[in-house]
Amino acid sequence: MTKSGRAQAVAPLLVACSMFGTLLLMSGVEQPAVRVANTDSVGPRALETQTTSAVIRDYLAAWNSLSHALDENDAHLLDADFTGLAREKLSDTIAGQQKLGLRTLYQDRQHDVHLIFYSPEGLSIQLLDSVEYDVQVLDHDKVQATQHVRTQYLAVLTPTEVRWKVRIFQSTPE
Amino acid sequence: MRFRPTLSLAVWGVAILVTFASAQIVPLAIPQHVEAGSTFSVSTEGSGKAVLYIVGPGQALRHDVQLGEKIEFAPGELHNAGHYSAFLVGPSSTQTAEFDVIAAQPSTLSFLAKPSRLPVDSHAGISGVVYVFDAFRNLVLVPTDVSFELSQGRGAAQTRTVATNNGVVWVKLDSASQAGTAQFLARVGGVAEKRVIQQVPGEPCNLRMSAHKSGAWVEVETEPLRDCKGNAVPDGTIVTFIERNNGAESTVDVPLKRGVARTNLPANDGATISVATGVVMGNEIRWRP
Repeated sequence: MTKSGRAQAVAPLLVACSMFGTLLLMSGVEQPAVRVANTDSVGPRALETQTTSAVIRDYLAAWNSLSHALDENDAHLLDADFTGLAREKLSDTIAGQQKLGLRTLYQDRQHDVHLIFYSPEGLSIQLLDSVEYDVQVLDHDKVQATQHVRTQYLAVLTPTEVRWKVRIFQSTPE
Repeated sequence: MRFRPTLSLAVWGVAILVTFASAQIVPLAIPQHVEAGSTFSVSTEGSGKAVLYIVGPGQALRHDVQLGEKIEFAPGELHNAGHYSAFLVGPSSTQTAEFDVIAAQPSTLSFLAKPSRLPVDSHAGISGVVYVFDAFRNLVLVPTDVSFELSQGRGAAQTRTVATNNGVVWVKLDSASQAGTAQFLARVGGVAEKRVIQQVPGEPCNLRMSAHKSGAWVEVETEPLRDCKGNAVPDGTIVTFIERNNGAESTVDVPLKRGVARTNLPANDGATISVATGVVMGNEIRWRP
């Protein structure tokens, strides 16, 4: 693909990200900074711009769900954006928090997303996200500590009826 | 609770200020990397009671501790791989740390083989994707060799060994030239997963028919149908016979039975009879009694 062709291919993605950001801002939710790396090389299957936009949109929405769910200790809030292993593990975390009287607040500040693998049959897509977030621990509603964290997450998303859902969600040493 | 833009900065600012003002924050001595499910300990200094919090999206732990003593983590206690924040909140200070829990040895494979049924002799027609997990269902991110083997009763097996990248590996293999059931195996050390791939005959090759008189009818019959590799085309495959005569057209669809398709058509002098199946055209006969 030529430089101009690549720019043309990325343009709709940037527009989609901007629109998504504007919608979030209008809805009053604090907006993390999002950067998406070039998606030219993702393995055995070509990745359409629309697919990239949908995956990024749904992945960011998953962070939003995760934040709500771990704050409110309500695993049902994961349903829209997580499935399989990722949902089970996050539900276990919520159950653990409930048992201990803990809550955790996650506020994502920045995402640097790199799509790295689109499976040959189109049933999974994998991304790496260099993410920055703040985490706050509350023990029986009393704030105990806060920390700014910078790490890398690996996520595998799979298509469902209407959206991509996160199936594997695991941070990795950078 | 989700933060509002204006409130959010203030809330986080106040929280951080309060934390700093009320407690001195010092680093906590904790290993940088811990294998999932393994035992480990954290040394503490000072005296008095404190609480250790270890939190991440993967797990949340809380330990009441006596400062100056070691905090021991039992086998399997911290088992989800990921990045964790640790806070040791004491009476006069809060110690913090970040560390990673990494996956243990490969224990299970998630193997997706597609398709489950395909024609013989398809180049790169079979794909296999493997995700490697440990016993705690953490994705193993250390590059790991995965061996793939596609074999059929007779004939040489196709083998390929590829290292995982970020926990995943994929291959594309050809289907065999002989129809039948193939075993598709993925293996990491002593861990293996097997899938079955049905390889079916391809499109028929050399579709030919003959015609002979049968009373007031003409009986048309194909030769036994085979694909280009000599595999018998399965019974039930539809073969279409078409007779054209003076602008009129008769069509008969016949399922293949014991490898051949047979039917009777009106014996019209000078009629043209053709045969086809799928996208394959056969020969054409002009009927002269």
